Amino acid sequence: MSEAFELTISAELAVKIRAHGVETYPHECCGALLGRDAGFSYHHESRDRRQPAREVLALFPLVNRRDDSPRNRFSVTAEDVLAADKNAQQQGLEVIGWYHSHPDHPARPSQYDQDHAWPWYSYVIVSVHGGTPEDMTSWRLKDDRSEYVEEKIGTLRAQAAK
Amino acid sequence: MAVKVIIPTPLRTYAGKRDSTDVNASTVGDALGGLTSQFADLRKHLFTDDGKLRAFVNVYLNDEDIRYLAKENTPTKDGDTISIVPSIAGGCNH
Repeated sequence: MSEAFELTISAELAVKIRAHGVETYPHECCGALLGRDAGFSYHHESRDRRQPAREVLALFPLVNRRDDSPRNRFSVTAEDVLAADKNAQQQGLEVIGWYHSHPDHPARPSQYDQDHAWPWYSYVIVSVHGGTPEDMTSWRLKDDRSEYVEEKIGTLRAQAAK
Repeated sequence: MAVKVIIPTPLRTYAGKRDSTDVNASTVGDALGGLTSQFADLRKHLFTDDGKLRAFVNVYLNDEDIRYLAKENTPTKDGDTISIVPSIAGGCNH
């Protein structure tokens, strides 16, 4: 059974992801997507279906630990994951996925991406070609690990400050 | 030994949305086996086809990475907590 996935993100945060990819070009950037997923809300609120099923509300940029091959590989250690989790919880959010860039490559997951992926997370990829950000896509690993399913990205206008 | 296993967010869908479960185990390996016996769909995300823990799956006994202990043979005691923590990796095709 297939399921249509959608990730909602503000235009402002989408710009920040692209900017991170440009900053680290020609190396891959990476970071955590912090937000809420309707299926696992920390506050277990009853879901208002006008609200997005999964929404990115903050970013936690990280340092690519693959300093041996940063142009085509990224790595986030367990310690980085724990730091991202802690930062998310401090904001009343959770880690809902990860972003990274593909320098001079399409924003499509590679076999290497798939082999190392976790289910459930949203994986946002931004293509940065010649230092200019281009396509940004999002993907989720299928339950049987056979392939990724592309996730629609819904971009909001800049959210009102709280 | 009664041990608590913390289930990371990306795997909770396969564990009835639970964030932890209790197992009886005398080693970390036994605890992970107990976990995947309870929730069979977890197995393919934690282990390779030949039964090895996937490289991007980190397992902590209390605050220590089992790689620096006795790995899956690390003994457990009552009240221990085992945490499964992801590493994240990827990159372009090259």
